[in-house]
Amino acid sequence: MEIKDNCLNRRAFLRAIGGGAAISALAFAGCNKDKVAPETQPESADVASGKMTYRKNLKGENISILGYGCMRLPTITGESARDGKDEIDQEMVNKQVDYAIAHGVNYFDTSPSYCQGQSEHAMGIALSRHSRDKYYIATKLSNFVESTWSREASLKIYNNSFKELQVDYIDYMLLHGIGMGEGMETLNRRYLENGILDFLIKEREAGRIRNLGFSYHGDIKCFDYLLSRHQEIKWDFVQIQMNYVDWKHAKQVNPRNTNAEYLYTELDKRNIPVVIMEPLLGGRLANINNQSAAILKRIDPSASIASWAFRFAGYYPKVLTVLSGMTYMEHLKENIQTYSPLIQLSSNELESLEAAALTILDFPLVQCNTCQYCMPCPYGLDIPNIFSHYNKCLNDGSLPANAQSENYKKLRKAFLVGYDRTVPKLRQANHCIACNHCIPHCPQNIDIPKEMQRIDKFVETLKQNV
Amino acid sequence: MEKKLRIILASICFTAITLLFLDFTGTVHLWFGWLAKIQFLPALLSNIAIFISLIVLTLIFGRVYCSIICPLGVMQDIISFFAVKRNKNRYTYSPAKNYLRYGVLVIFVVMFILGISSFVALLAPYSSFGRIISSIFAPIYKLANNGLAYLAERFDSYLFYSVDIWVKSIGTLIISIFTISIIGYLAWKHGRTYCNTICPVGTILGFISKFSILKVRFDENKCVNCGLCAKNCKSACIDIKHHVIDYSRCVSCMNCLEKCNKNTLSYSFKNKNTPKVKATQKQDKKLENKSITEKKSDSNSVLKSSNSISRKDFLSIAGLFAVSKVIHAQDKKIDGGLAFIEQKKVLKRITPIKPHGSKSFANFTLHCTACHLCVSVCPNDILIPSSDLQHFGQPELSYERGYCRPECTLCSEVCPTGAILPISKEEKASTQIGHAIFIKENCVVLTDNVSCGNCSRHCPTGAIQMIPLDKDKQDSALIPIVNTELCIGCGACEHLCPSRPYSSIYVEGHDVHRTI
Repeated sequence: MEIKDNCLNRRAFLRAIGGGAAISALAFAGCNKDKVAPETQPESADVASGKMTYRKNLKGENISILGYGCMRLPTITGESARDGKDEIDQEMVNKQVDYAIAHGVNYFDTSPSYCQGQSEHAMGIALSRHSRDKYYIATKLSNFVESTWSREASLKIYNNSFKELQVDYIDYMLLHGIGMGEGMETLNRRYLENGILDFLIKEREAGRIRNLGFSYHGDIKCFDYLLSRHQEIKWDFVQIQMNYVDWKHAKQVNPRNTNAEYLYTELDKRNIPVVIMEPLLGGRLANINNQSAAILKRIDPSASIASWAFRFAGYYPKVLTVLSGMTYMEHLKENIQTYSPLIQLSSNELESLEAAALTILDFPLVQCNTCQYCMPCPYGLDIPNIFSHYNKCLNDGSLPANAQSENYKKLRKAFLVGYDRTVPKLRQANHCIACNHCIPHCPQNIDIPKEMQRIDKFVETLKQNV
Repeated sequence: MEKKLRIILASICFTAITLLFLDFTGTVHLWFGWLAKIQFLPALLSNIAIFISLIVLTLIFGRVYCSIICPLGVMQDIISFFAVKRNKNRYTYSPAKNYLRYGVLVIFVVMFILGISSFVALLAPYSSFGRIISSIFAPIYKLANNGLAYLAERFDSYLFYSVDIWVKSIGTLIISIFTISIIGYLAWKHGRTYCNTICPVGTILGFISKFSILKVRFDENKCVNCGLCAKNCKSACIDIKHHVIDYSRCVSCMNCLEKCNKNTLSYSFKNKNTPKVKATQKQDKKLENKSITEKKSDSNSVLKSSNSISRKDFLSIAGLFAVSKVIHAQDKKIDGGLAFIEQKKVLKRITPIKPHGSKSFANFTLHCTACHLCVSVCPNDILIPSSDLQHFGQPELSYERGYCRPECTLCSEVCPTGAILPISKEEKASTQIGHAIFIKENCVVLTDNVSCGNCSRHCPTGAIQMIPLDKDKQDSALIPIVNTELCIGCGACEHLCPSRPYSSIYVEGHDVHRTI
């Protein structure tokens, strides 16, 4: 009692001298300090080593369920190398790789095309400092540009990977981006007509490639075709996009995509190990609207939103490893934490994830962090403010989504009046002409005109629903 | 007692009607919208039953319409109330200026028949009042609202929201200032002179009220000829010498009843005592002379007043400019990293666009008395008083600040005269009031070399399609084509067209509205 009284007095005192909310929050934290010491709080506890969950590949080797994605390596400016043109921060890469290996991560996924071509080189430096049996390296034949589709050019890329990675064999080799471009036609010209696939199979026989697989995006015909040749080729693994939204609703995310449920089931039937990419749907499942977040927070208030996506990906037994592109040490630590060890989802939790997926799809947050790079819009729109008003309402739970709900009228007015207050009428979403000037400027790769039309449609429905 | 009742009723009517013109949310209309519909000219134009009721009302009670229902009349009473406070017993009897009254009435009727609606609108009392409120006082009201909205925003409340304040028509503003100055001056100096010399409605009702059942009557036996009643008669219609009241000018305000301390006057069915007719020819002539001199001084004072008007006039115009300047400066402050947006320029349309529900240009111009009730309630800022001389002040649509939104039918709900007839949202969606015309030269697809299609995306009827500029090229830029059969003329395309200051797609009105 005495302690409590003291705290209250201190709070009252701080308020009285005009400390405001921030200080009173501090004071409140001070109150708690007597009860739970920060050292014992789970968030700040150091990540346990030696508890990583492992899955077995076809050879019976243990592969860490967390795979290290090398697409977003840190740069010297602290940004992800995928977004900026800055040099990779090799020291930080080394530090993170050391940390990852020390905590049981042994799968590293790179490509000649990642980080503007710097990824393999950087990973070669970082990994070669460790003994070769401590890590498995995955890289790809990334002959995306038509000029590299010839056998000679493709082989050049392939041979260069050995040099950059400083290895004499590659653990996992992928045909990169199957189903992209013109689908089957592109597949034929990149890997089949030039004999590259046959070459890679021979390389596997020769032992320079230990596992051969492909990464799949887009046209389902290509996926089905390559699986139909499984008897002959013997795929050692396949990499697919999978997360709790793509599981059943991939078409809603992108009409070109196919439900991960189908992809996984097809691979499971043929006993092919599955490597997961985009477990966070391009980061979108780490930052979801509050309504969806509430569903997940209700089950476990202490679990991060991203951790749910990782647990979902790891839930399926044929999953060999789950790739995550980790720019910051904090991401790496959090992900290792989630998988050390992996706690299987319960059927209730799976259901909740499906419920969250549905609300995410209905009202996706615009992944805008108001960096203002898109501004000024040549047609006068206030792009960041339009997005922040929409996101704010979505996160407040004050988005008048359901016309049947009791407080719809109130929310509708608040949304529309708030919209006019935040953005002058002439700068609102309905004035977006989709000239697409903003798109290349957005570091978040937001399809701004598409989002503008989505918000415009939403506003229009609100206005008409008097 | 009678006076109190009159004041209570008049206050209610006046406040409610004023609010009709000030309230931009349309809520007051739900309660008091009918008050606009029982005005004399609107009733005559749209609802004959109400019109007959008004006649009957006058036949029973005299010109209570002028004292209670007519907002312009009540406004004059308010002004003269303050005048009387300053200078008691200020009025004197003057004979009727019948040639002027009936002259104005005749011209009014002729103009009405000829369809010169600007003249009709100028004299219609209710419309004059409407214009005064909507062009002079509504901006002040909105300014106060915006102040509240500013505060509300600070307190995270959505109770008030801010609205644009702008001069919709400088001509109407000038006319309104002129009207209120003239009427205000006359009311201050001479009470109800305007109603009894110029107002055509006053003249008609005055004629009818001569035969009304209930009247203010003298009990000559009690009268001590103190003249208090005449000195307090705003209509200058009590001839105390002869104990005669000019009922064509009496607006039944009951002021005289209250002033008379001998209980001589009563508002009753018939005279308690028949007054003797004493008037002689000579006296009549004297009176006439007097009235002429009075008129002279009257016209002098009118001149004087117009001088003072111009100063007042100037001040209020200057005030409004100051307001608009401030608003502009704020706009700029907000800008920062935003691109400058050029204001759209008002288009001169060959056929003016009239709102959905008005049936045709002819129907609209025949019925509209330019009261600007629709202008005050339009939430999209698209109803703008015409500057065309023949139809001066009658609103027409223009899409520079907004467009006719599908969910709104406010103007048709409030119009008291039948110029805009009630229309449902569904009917509106299929009524063609004009059609869009594409001007290729202005289109940003060609001038800025970008893709657009904003007109097509926002067309509520799907009347605009995007087609390749060059049919032979596969990746050719897309430009809009308008299917005029489907276009309803709402102006979404014109308003949302990025081309400035002139849109590359604009709406031209139709003389007769059609159903698609």
